[in-house]
Amino acid sequence: MPGLVAVVLVTLVTLAIGTWGLRVSRTTSDFFVASRSVRPGLNASAIGGEYLSAASFLGIAGLLLVGGADMLWYPVGWTAGYLMLLVLVAAPLRRSGAYTLPDFAEARLGSRTVRAACSLLVVGIGWLYLIPQFEGAGITLHAAIGAPEWAGPLVVGAVVLANVTSGGMRSITFVQAFQYWLKLTALLVPAAVLVAVWWGDGRPGSRLADADWSVPVAEGGGLGLYATYSLIIGLFLGTMGLPHVVVRFYTNPDGRAARRTTVVVLALLGVFYLLPPVYAGLGRVYGAGLVDDGSDVLVLELPRLMLNGTGGDVLTGLVTAGAFAAFLSTSSGLAIAVSGVLTQDLTSRWVAERNGVGAFRLAAVVAVVVPVVAALMIRNVGVAESVGLAFAVAASTFCPLLVLGIWWRRLTDVGALAGLAAGGLGAGGAAILTLAGYAPGGWLGAALALPAAWSVPLAGAVMVVVSLATASREPVHARRFLVRLHTPESLAR
Amino acid sequence: MVERVRVTGPPRHTAAGRGAGRLGDVHQQTPIGDVYLRSLLREQLGLAARVIGLVVLTLGALPLVFHLWPELAARELAGLPVAWVVLGAGVYPLLLLLGWRYVRRVERNERYFADLVGSAGESVGLAEADDVTGTGSGVDPGDPA
Repeated sequence: MPGLVAVVLVTLVTLAIGTWGLRVSRTTSDFFVASRSVRPGLNASAIGGEYLSAASFLGIAGLLLVGGADMLWYPVGWTAGYLMLLVLVAAPLRRSGAYTLPDFAEARLGSRTVRAACSLLVVGIGWLYLIPQFEGAGITLHAAIGAPEWAGPLVVGAVVLANVTSGGMRSITFVQAFQYWLKLTALLVPAAVLVAVWWGDGRPGSRLADADWSVPVAEGGGLGLYATYSLIIGLFLGTMGLPHVVVRFYTNPDGRAARRTTVVVLALLGVFYLLPPVYAGLGRVYGAGLVDDGSDVLVLELPRLMLNGTGGDVLTGLVTAGAFAAFLSTSSGLAIAVSGVLTQDLTSRWVAERNGVGAFRLAAVVAVVVPVVAALMIRNVGVAESVGLAFAVAASTFCPLLVLGIWWRRLTDVGALAGLAAGGLGAGGAAILTLAGYAPGGWLGAALALPAAWSVPLAGAVMVVVSLATASREPVHARRFLVRLHTPESLAR
Repeated sequence: MVERVRVTGPPRHTAAGRGAGRLGDVHQQTPIGDVYLRSLLREQLGLAARVIGLVVLTLGALPLVFHLWPELAARELAGLPVAWVVLGAGVYPLLLLLGWRYVRRVERNERYFADLVGSAGESVGLAEADDVTGTGSGVDPGDPA
């Protein structure tokens, strides 16, 4: 019952803020990038709200409980990814003046073909990321109110669609900012209460000191070392290539604000990620049965395992609300990014030129319906692991494209295309094989499950070598474009 | 409510760039402009490389360290296993500190660049005098960078 109340409340508040945003959304620019007027504090909360997905809220704690300290690399990598983004791309990306990743690629390289390849990748990565969100929604609704597992994807898909089509990016900015603080509260308050309960029980916890559970490297000698480093590379470098993260940087007023926003994001994520290990530690003491039971329900089940009666119910309601907010915010952000790209490259050709907002709404329907259907058909992929695959694909494609495009004048369209193909086919193929359930043992299995360690260097090397081989195709405006990316706004205006 | 400005998308089918602005030398690809840009790029990229290098040396070394000395996993810090303390909590202040210091340094580089382009344009006489003083404003003259 408390779960049902929580889900309904979160949905209503989300829709209310979204509708309120509708009244101030007028132009296409409002829909896409909130007219570039979002302040760093608000924007950082929105990025945090958008970024902390089902994988962070539910997946991490469960992975830590089952896998131990080597899984700590997930939250660390998801945070450190913003440091990489900050030092390599944040301000130049904002100064490029493009709306989306395909816009950036086309402006930088002057090639419609590279643009099309990037659009394809944005849609692919977005959907790869959306599927586990919708699956997580199914798990949550099932655990909270006993709904059948197909209900979650449908409910979250419908709310996201209503929100995205009614207000676009501007209202989403407020929704996302609200949801960061909701998610933090929903994880922090139960954690504090449960730690107090644990303290009152006389601090049982000798098993926490179990050494096997405290090694931050995966098992298996050299293979484990490869797996850990591949995970680190994918997560650290994948953040900058996630379409829903990148589109947020265009809503900053200028490059300087983009940097400051990123620093605030580092702080907000750091605070949030202190909490999942607490749940994992308590889960190890109180929830031994959960280890075999499917780890994604740990956060949802722990309050009831530790507290009886009303207290347990209220806390369960709170974590359910947070989990639901996690699906809503991340899926909304991804849906916006995917529909933005679909609008520009697909639906605006079908809908009359003057009706830009109509084209966006049509694209949003496509962007949401496809992954909902996929989530209903695919079953039982761990939420955090499949999000990790989306990161690996992003790290193997957009990361080299952005870094070389921003810092290296001699990148050519052919080089970019070859690198995107190498990284996209390599990491994307590995991701699809893994999702399809193909899991050979040994080195081949590790290379497919965690492709970043080979696919990122491969994509980068292909981009550089092919660019050098096609040096005559260096865009004539490359130099001027780099000037614009690196010149402080105080000079450029 | 923040003042909102209507912005349109970038020109998608023309060569990019916003025309020669106040950046005179740098935009017009004069040798001296080239030197400015190269030095700014090298400075910013070097700064990024130093931050990444620090992350690699600290965070990046951890799996290898625990692989080579597995007995470290049993060590405790403040009553908890050391890996949980370092990776579960200690990492985040480090990342925040690195990010904060990076922003301070990179903004200092940009102020220095603005200062350099402004004053050099004045002496070479390529940019209009009004423009140059306009760009120079807001730069702290006492900044040692």
